[in-house]
Amino acid sequence: MTEEIIIAGFGGQGVLSMGKILAYSGIMQDQEVSWFPAYGPEMRGGTANVTVIVSDDRISSPTLTAYDTAVILNQQSMDKFESTVKPGGVLIYDPNGISKHPTRKDINIYTIEGAKLAAEMGNTKIFNMVVLGGYLKVKPIVKLENVIKGLKKSLHERYHKLIPLNEDAITMGMKHVVLK
Amino acid sequence: MGELRLMKGNEALAEAAVRAGSDGYFGYPITPQSEVIEYLMAEKPFERTGMVVLQAESEVAAINMLYGGGGTGKKVMTSSSSPGISLMQEGLSYMAGAEIPCIVANIVRGGPGLGDIQPAQSDYFQSVKGGGHGDYRLPVLAPASVQEMSDFVPISYDLAFKYRTPVLIVSDGLIGQMMEKVELFDQMPRITDKEINEKYPWATNGKPKGKERRILTSLDLDPHKLEKHNFHLQDKYKQIEANEVRYELIDCDDAEYIIVAYGSSSRISQKAIQLARAEGIKVGILRLITLWPFPKKPIDELVIKGIKGFLAVEMSAGQMVEDVKLTVRERTKVEHFGRYGGVIHSPEEVLEALKTKIIGG
Repeated sequence: MTEEIIIAGFGGQGVLSMGKILAYSGIMQDQEVSWFPAYGPEMRGGTANVTVIVSDDRISSPTLTAYDTAVILNQQSMDKFESTVKPGGVLIYDPNGISKHPTRKDINIYTIEGAKLAAEMGNTKIFNMVVLGGYLKVKPIVKLENVIKGLKKSLHERYHKLIPLNEDAITMGMKHVVLK
Repeated sequence: MGELRLMKGNEALAEAAVRAGSDGYFGYPITPQSEVIEYLMAEKPFERTGMVVLQAESEVAAINMLYGGGGTGKKVMTSSSSPGISLMQEGLSYMAGAEIPCIVANIVRGGPGLGDIQPAQSDYFQSVKGGGHGDYRLPVLAPASVQEMSDFVPISYDLAFKYRTPVLIVSDGLIGQMMEKVELFDQMPRITDKEINEKYPWATNGKPKGKERRILTSLDLDPHKLEKHNFHLQDKYKQIEANEVRYELIDCDDAEYIIVAYGSSSRISQKAIQLARAEGIKVGILRLITLWPFPKKPIDELVIKGIKGFLAVEMSAGQMVEDVKLTVRERTKVEHFGRYGGVIHSPEEVLEALKTKIIGG
């Protein structure tokens, strides 16, 4: 199994940390992982993206031009990455703030109302965990218990009290991801 | 099994510096390697092992702090990125002359000049052909993963002290900034003053009673004596060439074509050969682990085996390819491919270059 993912959105949406938690979850189940962020001038204009690869085998290139899954959280990222999903692949996006919806017919497109659901849960910061839940429902590449272990590893101990909230957010995302 | 962590290449390098028993890190921040000193300052190894971490006032100061620290037989290292490494070349030449051990890690970015902060491999010439003045060579290790950013630190110290030479770790912004799983090695003890006195009779750590004054210098105004010193250095470099070549062959057994690459380019090329093999093209990779000494023998053996062509893939305008050509000596085709100035080539571009420059060219 090899899953090649691009996660892209605004800086501050938790794009990089969502990728980090996913990568840590892979480590928790003995998989190989890589996490490569766009850094420096690429991030000017407030966009952030990260390539995450989770695999049973040694990972070759950490940078890619085509992905099994794209998780897209703003319009700029939609413009840039819709075309990079492999045929038969998956595109998951939050329709909030998207004006031009994806049009490809050769991929599976899902929506997750991450921002809305996080607001309903009373904490907009868990937005990225709702989206992660939606992704894991569609692509269950890591077990939930390993995600929780991954969260513990990537969060400082003083934030461990927030893990149940994060778990709820993931579960919420799993329930509300919709095939378009 | 050691502790598993998800770390950036830069962080793994920093943690490995502590665990390898370094006595000091001296550096000046520069993107894309500032995480090294950030990590060390946050981790406070001065509380863990007593290791000194100091932000120097400049790269020139940092390299001369290594001269001082390494000269006393201590394990010292620095890291920087291309423009900062250029500033360190004078110090490196002096240390090569005075035979002072240390590690210098270069997390290469696009150049020339201030360039940009994106990954590049355009410091190959500077790393393996000198960089500073005079007849000297430095062992150069090129990690291709976050794991190797950690593993190559103790290996570099071993080389540095075995041969009394600065050792370069040459990586780039891609390996420095990416996170991967890394298995950390256990904490090694720092060397004691007693051990230094026993092992390093050259170390300038105070004049021992009844013994001669120790001097570490690269200056000798008598040309005959300096030539003799140079003979000694050249003998040492021959030993390093004979004993310290490191490389990895990937899918070369049945290969008709070979990609020669190191660091990030070797990772990207691994994806490229997967794509190529799916199309029935038999291609393997010779991955350089030491850039100097250069793995001449395996290339020679591949030529004799009947390889139809070598593609040197590097994020530069064509530097390593010159050493491949020197080794192949026109017995078969050698071409270069690479994006540069901070642009990372894609696996598809590498495959396309293989097809047009080597197979069809």
